[in-house]
Amino acid sequence: MALETTTIQSSLNDHFESAVSDFQQIHDILTFEVDADQIAKVMTFLRDDATLRFNFLTDLCGMHFPDADPSRQFSVVYHMHNWVDNVRIRIKCFLPAENPTIDTVSTIFLSANWQERETYDFFGIIFKGHPQLKRILNMDEMVSFPMRKEFPLEDGGRTDKDDRFFGRTTDNC
Amino acid sequence: MSDSKIITNAPAPEGFQGEGFFAGKLSDVVGMARANSLWPLPFATSCCGIEFMATMASHYDVARFGSERMSFSPRQADMLLVMGTIAKKMAPILRQVYEQMAEPRWVISVGACACSGGIFDTYSVLQGIDKIIPVDVYVPGCPPRPEQILDGIMRLQDLVRSESVRRRSSPEYTELLASYNIK
Repeated sequence: MALETTTIQSSLNDHFESAVSDFQQIHDILTFEVDADQIAKVMTFLRDDATLRFNFLTDLCGMHFPDADPSRQFSVVYHMHNWVDNVRIRIKCFLPAENPTIDTVSTIFLSANWQERETYDFFGIIFKGHPQLKRILNMDEMVSFPMRKEFPLEDGGRTDKDDRFFGRTTDNC
Repeated sequence: MSDSKIITNAPAPEGFQGEGFFAGKLSDVVGMARANSLWPLPFATSCCGIEFMATMASHYDVARFGSERMSFSPRQADMLLVMGTIAKKMAPILRQVYEQMAEPRWVISVGACACSGGIFDTYSVLQGIDKIIPVDVYVPGCPPRPEQILDGIMRLQDLVRSESVRRRSSPEYTELLASYNIK
């Protein structure tokens, strides 16, 4: 018997009550929000539960919403996959702007190690308990987090593209 | 067969020639020897490298210009060909490769990315390799055709042929390297 989304939802509601919320079906994938401080517990439960069996972490990435409420400006999105029943879920955790910190899941899924490093590299989200949280793709000397929306798209250091000669305004629109 | 004549020898430099002797300037002879035996070091990171593979292969055959052997050791190369996008993370590696080359050394920057960063006007890409190492010849194009790369090599040969043997110990050259902070 295939794993129904209602089963997943009720099972999570029973165990975590208000820590899981906002269940909805987006692009055929059950999507829900988890309180940031509960993510490790929820993910361990999803992996180890005998009926849920979400044994694979497909992806982990960051998001930035600079116009949102300061308590929900950063987000970490987890995609999990149950290989037995071929069911996928998407989990979102929202983090405050001034201190985007969340527990690492690299202790639950080893594959999260590099993905968390990448998310730190581009968004500056701190993963508490990560064994080696340092930049992975960008150079170590970099001080900014380039995927944050306030980061300028073009390299500010270039000297050969003077906007005056291209008839553009100063903000390069 | 076409009527075009295949030139198998380089033209003699300026000098006096007689029965069994030739007298000319040493720098001309050294320049001629250097220009016609440039050992290339291909530093290929993307599509310009593919064009260089065609340049190297039988159809365009860079060996006709005295660059028969690709040297993949910087210590035995004269001419560094940088082909492709250089990410900022790659910059120290390129610089180290350049520093390992023995004098005299020349650099050709092939393609828009190596020359200026090209379309990659972004935080992760070096905006032209001349930010970190001195460049002798720039080959434009995205990517340039093999003919353009050959033209770049021939332009470099002109530079090498006319270079003074004392240039590398001149104060101007020391100053140039100092401006890149290369010892």
